[in-house]
Amino acid sequence: MQRTRPVGDVLLKVDDITLSFGGVQALSGVSFDIRKHEIRAIIGPNGAGKSSMLNVINGFYHPQQGQITFKGQTRKQMRPHEAAAQGIARTFQNIALFRGMSTLDNIMTGRLLKMRSNFLFQLAWTGPAEQEETRHREFVEHIIDFLEIQSIRKTPVGQLPYGLQKRVELGRALAAEPELLLLDEPMAGMNVEEKEDMCRFILDVNDEFGTTIALIEHDMGVVMDLSDRVVVLDYGRKIADGTPDHVRGEQKVIDAYLGVSH
Amino acid sequence: MIYREAGQFKTTYRADQAVFPILQDRIAILLILAVAFIGVPALASDYLFLAILIPFLILSMAAIGLNILVGYCGQISLGTGGFMAVGAYAAYNIALRVPELNLLIVFLLAGGCAALVGVLFGIPSLRIKGFYLAVATLAAQFFLDWLFSRVGWFTNYTASGSVTAPQLKFFGYIVHAPTGKYLLCLCLVTVAAVVAKNLVRGRLGRSWMAIRDMDIAAEIIGIRPLQAKLSAFAVSSFFIGVSGALWAFVYLESWEPLAFDINRSFSLLFMVIIGGLGSILGCFLGAAFITIMPIFLNQVPAALGIPLSTATVSHLEFMIFGALIVFFLIVEPHGLARLWAIGKQKLRLWPFPH
Amino acid sequence: MGPFIEVVLGGLLAGVLYSLVALGFVLIFKASGVFNFAQGAMVLFAALSLVRLMSGELSAVHYWGAAAVLGVAVGYVLLLFWRRARPAAAPGRGASWGLIGVFGLIGAALAALHGTAGWSGWVAIPATAAIMGLLAVAIERLVLRPLVNQEPIILFMATIGITFFIDGFGQTIWGSEIYTLDLGIPKDPMFLLESVFEGGILVNKLDIFAAAIAGVLVAVLAVFFQKTRIGRALRAVADDHQAAQSVGIPLNQIWIIVWTVAGFVALVAGIVWGSALGVQFSIALVALKALPVLILGGFTSVPGAIIGGLIIGMGEKLAEVYLGPVLGGGIENWFAYMLALIVLLFRPQGLFGERIIERI
Repeated sequence: MQRTRPVGDVLLKVDDITLSFGGVQALSGVSFDIRKHEIRAIIGPNGAGKSSMLNVINGFYHPQQGQITFKGQTRKQMRPHEAAAQGIARTFQNIALFRGMSTLDNIMTGRLLKMRSNFLFQLAWTGPAEQEETRHREFVEHIIDFLEIQSIRKTPVGQLPYGLQKRVELGRALAAEPELLLLDEPMAGMNVEEKEDMCRFILDVNDEFGTTIALIEHDMGVVMDLSDRVVVLDYGRKIADGTPDHVRGEQKVIDAYLGVSH
Repeated sequence: MIYREAGQFKTTYRADQAVFPILQDRIAILLILAVAFIGVPALASDYLFLAILIPFLILSMAAIGLNILVGYCGQISLGTGGFMAVGAYAAYNIALRVPELNLLIVFLLAGGCAALVGVLFGIPSLRIKGFYLAVATLAAQFFLDWLFSRVGWFTNYTASGSVTAPQLKFFGYIVHAPTGKYLLCLCLVTVAAVVAKNLVRGRLGRSWMAIRDMDIAAEIIGIRPLQAKLSAFAVSSFFIGVSGALWAFVYLESWEPLAFDINRSFSLLFMVIIGGLGSILGCFLGAAFITIMPIFLNQVPAALGIPLSTATVSHLEFMIFGALIVFFLIVEPHGLARLWAIGKQKLRLWPFPH
Repeated sequence: MGPFIEVVLGGLLAGVLYSLVALGFVLIFKASGVFNFAQGAMVLFAALSLVRLMSGELSAVHYWGAAAVLGVAVGYVLLLFWRRARPAAAPGRGASWGLIGVFGLIGAALAALHGTAGWSGWVAIPATAAIMGLLAVAIERLVLRPLVNQEPIILFMATIGITFFIDGFGQTIWGSEIYTLDLGIPKDPMFLLESVFEGGILVNKLDIFAAAIAGVLVAVLAVFFQKTRIGRALRAVADDHQAAQSVGIPLNQIWIIVWTVAGFVALVAGIVWGSALGVQFSIALVALKALPVLILGGFTSVPGAIIGGLIIGMGEKLAEVYLGPVLGGGIENWFAYMLALIVLLFRPQGLFGERIIERI
C-alpha cells in the first residue's frame, strides 16, 4: 500500500503506566509509543486492560504511576477535556453518542472546542456567532460527505441502526480535527460489509487527514491488515510490541490467545 | 397538503439553520405575533388579561428558564420558586433603594441577582447528579423561603412581611391598565423566547444537550462540565429571576414569601414536563395548560350545576395534575410539543392518505 | 450538661421519625431503583386512612369500601397460603377471583352490620395496611409497568405526579382537617437519670415508643431482606432488572411486594407521626426531610437511613437551639438540607453509599 504521509516521529509516549482499582490491577508498568501518521493497534484477550489504556491516554482514568508524553509535553494526569483540547479524540466501545440530538448536532459538538464567539452575539444569533456557525457547518458537511451519511443528517441518533451510530461517532471524533484518534473496537458487532466500510474510512482518515490512529480491535484479520505496529496486552502487562508479522510469531502472544497450561 | 415543504429548497447553510425553515411556519408565527400584539389588546377583557394572559406570559418565561436547565441541560431543579423569589425581592430592593433607576434595568439586574444565586446553588451539580441534585435544589428552595421571611432587610422591615411593588413606570409612562401590563409582559416574553431559542441552537445549547445526554462523553470530546453546567444554571436562573420580578411587580403587586413556595416550583416543573422537555414552544403550551386548568375546574362544574367547594377543587386539581404528569410521562415524555410536531407531520399529507 | 443532653436526645428521637420515612425510600430504591418521592404522601395517606376509619365521622360507603378492601386482602393472603400448602387442591384462576370477591363481600357486609361507628385500632390498622397494598398494586399496574426501562429521572418525575395524586386523593376521600390520632400510646413526659443530673432529663414516652418501633422495624426488614426467598429476589432485582427477569424472577410481583412493604412502613411512620403531631397535611411536607437523611445515609443503606436520620434530627435541634437565636429562628426548615448539601460536596455518594466507579 502506498501512503502519502510516511510515519514520522514519536507523537505519544506512555511510560511505565500502572493503574489499579482498589485491589484490581488493571495495568502494570506498560510502556509503548505511537508515531505520527501511523495506525497502532492495541490487542489482547478480554480484560487485558486495553480500554483502560485508552482511558488513561485521554485522561479519564488517572494512573497511580507512570507518565504520558504527548507532543513533547509530559504529564502525569489531566482532565478529559484538557486532553481533547490538546488534540486527542476518541470513540467508545459502547456507543456514547448524544441520543437526544440529531446526527448533525452530534457531529457539530465535535467542533465546540473550536467555537469561541461572544455570548452577546450568540444571544442575538448575528455577526460573528452566525458566521462561525456557518463556517463550522461547512466543515461538518465535509465529514458527513466523507462518511456517506448525508441522508441521516437530521435524524435523531437514537433512532439509527448500530452500524450508522458507530459511523456518526467516528464523525464526531473527526470533527475535532484530532492529531491522535483513539478508536475503541470500531468494528465490534458489525457485519462483513459494515466492517469493510469502516476499514476504508479508517484508512482514508489516516491517509487523507494524516491523523494518527490508535485502535483496539478483536478481529485479527482487520488488525493485521490495517495496523503498522501492534501492542499486545495480557493481564495488564505488555507481552509483545512490533509489526503485525513480528507479533504474530511471538510465543507469548500465541499462549495468551490459545491458553497454555502453567 | 396545506403544510408541506416540497419545492422549498434551501441553498445556503444559513437558510437551513433558520428557526422556521418552512414558509408556512413563518407565516403562522407572524400571524400569531400579529394577533398577540394587535388583535388581543383590541378585543380582550380586563378579566382575560389579569386572570389568564398575564400570568400565562410570565409563567411561560419562568418555564423557558426551567426548561433550559431541566430539558436542555438535564439538571433537575425543585428550587424554581426560590429563584423566582430572588428575582422578586432583588427587584423590590433595587427599586426601593435606587428609585431613579429605569424599571427595565431593575428587572435585568434582578435577573442578574437570580443568576448569581443560581450559579451558587448550581455548584453542587459539578459533583452530584440526578436525585441528589434534586435534593440539593430543595435546599435552595427552603433556604431562600426562610431568608426572605426571616431576614428583615429584604422586606424593608415591614411588620407583616408583605411588601408592595412601586408603580410601574417606564420612560415617564405609568403602566396601569391591564392592556399596558399585558403588552409589557408580551414584549419581554417574546424577547426571552427569541434569546432562548438562539442560545439553545448554538454553541452553548449543544454543550448543554451533550451534558444532558451523556456527561462523560461530553467531557471527553472537550466540553468543560463546569462551564456548561454553571452557564445553564446562570441563564436559567436569569430568566426565572426576571419572571419572578414580573410576577411580583406586574401580577401580584403586593406579595409575601409564600407566593414563591415549593408549590410554585412543582407547578413550573409540571409545565415543563407537560409542555415538553427540551422545547421552547413546549414552555408556552405547558404554561397555558397549567394556567387554564384550575380556571376550567372552577367554572365547568359550577356551570354544569355541580357546585364544588374550594377545598374540593384544590384537591381535585392536585389529583388531576398528578394523574396528568404520569399520563404524559407514559404516553409522550416529550409533552405537548411533541404531539404538535406529530400533528404537523400528519398535516403534510392531509387530507390525502399518501 | 443536662439541657444539652436533653436537646441531643430530643433531636435523636425526632430523627427516628425521619428515619422511619427514609426507610420506605430506601426499600423502594433498593428493590426497583425508583426514587420514590411519594413516600411522604404515602405516610400522609396511611395516617389519614387510619385516623378517619377510627373516627366514626365518615359516610357508610367509606366503611364498606375499606372493609371490602380488607376482606379482599385477607382472601388473597389465605389463598396464597392454600397454594403454598396444598398446590394440587388449590382453586384455579376463576375460582380464586370468585373466592377473593366473596371475602370482599363478607367484609363489606360485616361493615354494614357494624354501622357507621368508628372502628377500633385492631380493625382499622389491618384495613389501612390492606389499602396500602391496594395502592401498591395500583401504582405498579398504572405507573411502573408502563414506564419500565425508562430513565430513572422519568420515573422520579412520575413519582412526583403520584405524590400530587395521592395528596389530592387522600384529602378528597378522607377529609383535609387536623385529626388527632389516639391509639393508646402513652404520651406523658417522664424524667430519666434523675440521680445523675439535677432535675433529670425530660423525654416524652411517645418518643421512646417510636424509637422502639423503629428498632423492631429495622430488625424485621433486615431479616426479610437477608433471610427470606423474597428478600433474595428483591436484592437480585435491585442489582439488575433484566438479569433478574432472565433467571425467572417475576419483576411485577416483586415491585408490588416492595411497594406494599413500603406502604406498611409508611403506615408505621404515619401512626407514630400522627400520634405525635396530629394527622394533617403538613406531615407530607415534614416527610420531605427524609430526603436529606437519604443523602446523608446513602440511598441503598438501611443502617444509613437510620443513622442519617439520627444525625439530621440531632443536628437540626442543636442548630435551632444554639444557632437559631443568632440567625433569627426557624432555621429547622432548611438546616437539614444545607447539612446534606455540604456532606454531598465532600462525599457525593453519602456517608454509607458505595463509591461509584464511572465506566465508559
